[in-house]
Amino acid sequence: MTESASGTASGGTLDEIDRKLINALQGDFPLVPEPYRQVAATLGLGEEELLRRLDALLERRVLTRFGPMFQIERAGGAFVLAAMRVPEAEFERVAAQVNAFPEVAHNYRREHALNMWFVLATATPQGIAETTAAIEAATGLPVFAFPKEREYFVEMKLRA
Amino acid sequence: MREANPDIELDATDRRLIVATQGGLPRVSRPYDALAGELNITAGEVLQRLQRMLDRGVIRRIGAVPNHYAIGYTANGMSVWDVDDKHIDRLGIEVGALEFVTHCYRRPRRLPDWPYNLFAMVHSQNREEVAARVAEIAVLLGDACRAHDILYSTAILKKTGLRIAG
Repeated sequence: MTESASGTASGGTLDEIDRKLINALQGDFPLVPEPYRQVAATLGLGEEELLRRLDALLERRVLTRFGPMFQIERAGGAFVLAAMRVPEAEFERVAAQVNAFPEVAHNYRREHALNMWFVLATATPQGIAETTAAIEAATGLPVFAFPKEREYFVEMKLRA
Repeated sequence: MREANPDIELDATDRRLIVATQGGLPRVSRPYDALAGELNITAGEVLQRLQRMLDRGVIRRIGAVPNHYAIGYTANGMSVWDVDDKHIDRLGIEVGALEFVTHCYRRPRRLPDWPYNLFAMVHSQNREEVAARVAEIAVLLGDACRAHDILYSTAILKKTGLRIAG
């Protein structure tokens, strides 16, 4: 699936409650038996309305997921940023080949000679080298891997 | 800043819980009860295991991931920098602390194709704003930086989040 950077159809139709919901749900979801009821109460909403809106936001892909975000290295896995230089004429074919790998968690087209950037997530550290080799074999193009040497900051929270 | 900690051991039930939730949390009134039923453990144990994984950084947080385009952040610039190795850790921490930087990492150079060793992601409403923020980073890095570039994204080709095999 390719979404244009210049606009998704869904973005323009968020109302104030949707925006409050997105901001409130970006972290610290409570570990209590009825967490949705608790979050809904802080926003002055009913639990059913919150669940209905959350479903709709996921359905429209305003939210790409809702749940725990795993730091896979801490669970014995590995996580690597990788890039390829893909000839424009072959871009669609290569994107489809790369995206077909379940280890590819996200993939972006970027304006640069290295024009395809994706993240590989594997259950074991050696899975990265295996997947990289498999992608090179499938596409016929070299993969540049950029493993994290040090993390200075990660806090992907954006105000809606 | 969190570094990998090899001491953390996850057992088979933790792994089943990861596999059961990596696609998302059930959207029902009692989601942890639903997971407990699926895993054949008690809801209390689900909560305890999730809390322990949060405490140990296996789970960064529990919440929603917005499609940044859909909520108005239409410019996504990956700024990349060739920073003197002697100063990169001090400067990387400073760049990561800027309020508009959402991710900041040190990564290896790939010479001759790729001279950059510092990556800082900047999301904004438009490219002019991204460029202005990148200019602020350039001032902060000063002479320790030899070259930089901004790689704007023009399409999301895939975005599913992490999956590990069950």
